Amino acid sequence: MGDREEISKQFLGTFEFQGIKRRDFLKFCGATAALLGLSESFIPKIAAAIEKASKRPPVVWLNFASDSGCTEALIKATYPNAADLVLDILSVDYNETIMAAAGKQAEEILQNSKKAGDYILIVEGGVPTKKGHGMIAGKEMLDILKEFSGPAVAILAVGSCATFGGVPAAKPNPSQIIGVTEALKKVGVKKAVVNLDLCPVNVEYLVAVVVNYLLLGKLPELDSFGRPKMFYGQTIHENCERRANFDAGRFVETFGSNEEALGYCLYKMGCKGPMTYSACPKVMYNDRISWCVKSGGPCIGCAEHGWPDKFAGFYERLPDVKLPGIQATADKIGAVAGVATAVGIAAHAIATKSSGRGKGEKEGGNK
Amino acid sequence: MARITIDPVTRIEGHLKIDVEIEGGKVKDAWTSGTLFRGFEIILKGRDPRDAWHLTQRICGVCPTSHGHTSSMSMDDAFKIKPPDNGRIIRNIVEGCQFVHSHILWFYHLAALDYVDVVAALKAQPKEASLKKVQAKLKSFVESGQLGPFANGYWGHPAYKLPPDLNLLAVAHYLEALDMQAKAAQLSALFGGRMPMTMTSPPGGSTHVPTVDDIANYLFRIKELQNWIDTVYVPDVLAIAPYYLDYAGVGKGHANFLSWGVFEDASFDPKKRLLPRGAIFAEDFPKVHDAKPEDVTEHTSHSWYKGTQPLNPSIGETDPEYTEYDPNKKYTWAKAPRLKNKPMEAGALARMLVAYASGQPTAKKLIDNTLAAIGHAGKPQVLLGVVGRIAARALECKMVADSMYQWGLDIVENIKKGKAEVYTPYEIPDKAKGIGLWEAPRGALGHWLDVEGKKIKNYQCVVPTTWNVCPRDDKGVRGPIEEALVGTAVVNPEKPLEVLRVVHSFDPCLACTVHVIHPESNRIMQFKVS
Repeated sequence: MGDREEISKQFLGTFEFQGIKRRDFLKFCGATAALLGLSESFIPKIAAAIEKASKRPPVVWLNFASDSGCTEALIKATYPNAADLVLDILSVDYNETIMAAAGKQAEEILQNSKKAGDYILIVEGGVPTKKGHGMIAGKEMLDILKEFSGPAVAILAVGSCATFGGVPAAKPNPSQIIGVTEALKKVGVKKAVVNLDLCPVNVEYLVAVVVNYLLLGKLPELDSFGRPKMFYGQTIHENCERRANFDAGRFVETFGSNEEALGYCLYKMGCKGPMTYSACPKVMYNDRISWCVKSGGPCIGCAEHGWPDKFAGFYERLPDVKLPGIQATADKIGAVAGVATAVGIAAHAIATKSSGRGKGEKEGGNK
Repeated sequence: MARITIDPVTRIEGHLKIDVEIEGGKVKDAWTSGTLFRGFEIILKGRDPRDAWHLTQRICGVCPTSHGHTSSMSMDDAFKIKPPDNGRIIRNIVEGCQFVHSHILWFYHLAALDYVDVVAALKAQPKEASLKKVQAKLKSFVESGQLGPFANGYWGHPAYKLPPDLNLLAVAHYLEALDMQAKAAQLSALFGGRMPMTMTSPPGGSTHVPTVDDIANYLFRIKELQNWIDTVYVPDVLAIAPYYLDYAGVGKGHANFLSWGVFEDASFDPKKRLLPRGAIFAEDFPKVHDAKPEDVTEHTSHSWYKGTQPLNPSIGETDPEYTEYDPNKKYTWAKAPRLKNKPMEAGALARMLVAYASGQPTAKKLIDNTLAAIGHAGKPQVLLGVVGRIAARALECKMVADSMYQWGLDIVENIKKGKAEVYTPYEIPDKAKGIGLWEAPRGALGHWLDVEGKKIKNYQCVVPTTWNVCPRDDKGVRGPIEEALVGTAVVNPEKPLEVLRVVHSFDPCLACTVHVIHPESNRIMQFKVS
């Protein structure tokens, strides 16, 4: 215990020096430890891992076929905030949206990074493979990825465009956009990619993966889609704050209704939570203020491989979700509209594919 | 004659290349080129129209909310519905959060480094402890040899005019502003679930039912932002302005301005929006012309598309066809939109000038007071150009934030009166057409929707940056940024800081621009991936 305090003091001193507020830094380390599933005793070790590095780990952030939403997410980070993240913890040497240098001078930075090597390569956006559909400084994006993936010490694909192509790769994929993993395969680079799927990336996932790397010297354990298990190991449905209402058979039938105000389940409004693996309900967004489902917006499945096409028809009810109701007690059912029986709810939810809000749903959307 | 190519143009969103020809130390000609194509309209075809408001948010991660709202408005129009009053106000609030975050981010993080010499801030002799601390931090940062995002800037360039103390103050505020724009995004999340990519404004209004807790949380947060805008952002602009007043005439361009209008009034009349709809041609201020969607055409003669006939978005037809970069022929993925055949500047300056000329009292007072403060009372013409674009964003940011506080109170008032509805239910008709015309922080945004068999038959977006960054049209008339660059003095072609200032002043967002394509014909089938 005493040890811990001593270590903690030392590191906090260092961070004071760097201008990070003690309170903010502790909060950052605590939040990161929680994200990583570590006990509090790791907090000083996290501090040590960051402090130990003689130089800040360099980051090259390439932006391809994207809407820059992931860069936007990055600069909205809170613990650590963007200034600490970009200036104190990492050395973000190349990111076109925030860097001062332009044109020739920007190119020079990229070349210097390549020469020095050992940077963390973060890729935002998918990779167009149709000639002329994605170019920077006269080079095809696919060639740029090939050139700068080699010297990287780790590669992170952030957001659904970089992981598996995302929205611009949706049918019919006009620019023949592919994700980073597939693009690397195409150009013959054999390197593991950490896929932080979501549209846009949850910046807390990104920070935690980087800290995990600094702390343990390795990347986190990944699932079959290359996503860190710590964030993509459970469905949204499993941890949803509206889950109790689902279990009790209480559903929102119309947006903005009293049922919505009471926080009933959004399953019938098309929520894709039951099929989407992500820690959104735990980690949330924007300093943990809210997340999609909390605000009344059904999950659209943006954390999943194959999104958006796999979940298109965002307001269509997911088929094949095992509905509750049978097990529910009469007391629980009593809270629903009053008259429906448990069996009735389940039958209704299954039978009426359309809730009457959009008859167009019968055609089955784009699936 | 020297030719300068800046590629990538940084501190913007997306991928932009600028070519300028320099003669006698001044820009003689310029070409803007968007270098990424994604083809959103092709992707939207055949989908459930309600998905469009989610998918089009992904056109731009900086102004997703505006795309979402515009898309939902095109459906409100097509489905013949209107959001209830609180639904309308919540949309305004979520949009307002985005405007505030976007303007703060643009000024401090995308534009300021063109005027603030970060390295020169080390020479400042601050008295305040907080500034001393920032300077010490900056010093250790520079001495570490890892300059991160500040590496290779044009530091020491003679066009940097601020004294060291002001440079240091600006650096301190650069750091502070990072937190403030994040706070504005947190406000969006309160009603929209998250930012970027808000979740709660489908056609019909809002899915979010505000609670008393939300409103209390909101009012205190917006107060904090208002206070910061009043005491830091606006004063910073006014403090920096005198050093760059010689820039007032630079980057003027065609001086045609378009605003579709933004922030819906209870009447749903676009001329009564907080920032009203209208157009100004050839800096003729007193006169505000009607801005009508039927007057829009898009030219493709200099863009990488087949076909050269200028067409209205509702009947547009486009086939992407990449050919080499050729400034004399085709050189960009952006099309060239025109209103009444004129290239139009879009953005905060356009909105504020249209509001000013329309007699919008708050805009008028803010602009008149600012003109007086910088010694140009009664001369709004001084705002045409780079300095005006900077000032317009700051003033608009204040105007929007102030209104946002009132909107929060309006929701409470409605709830008290029992008018708590936020959403109007509807059914998707088999066939319908609708147009959403709105404003993103970067300018005029239009979505044209055509539904058949309850699916999207056609979808067309004409987005802010397309207006600004577009190439020449059929008659060879330059786009607004191209025209604004002509005549700009460039001291050192190796470090074309002045070119960046003009380009950045438009706040270009190429993520927006470079998707514009209209799948009318069956020819799009050829782009399907096998």
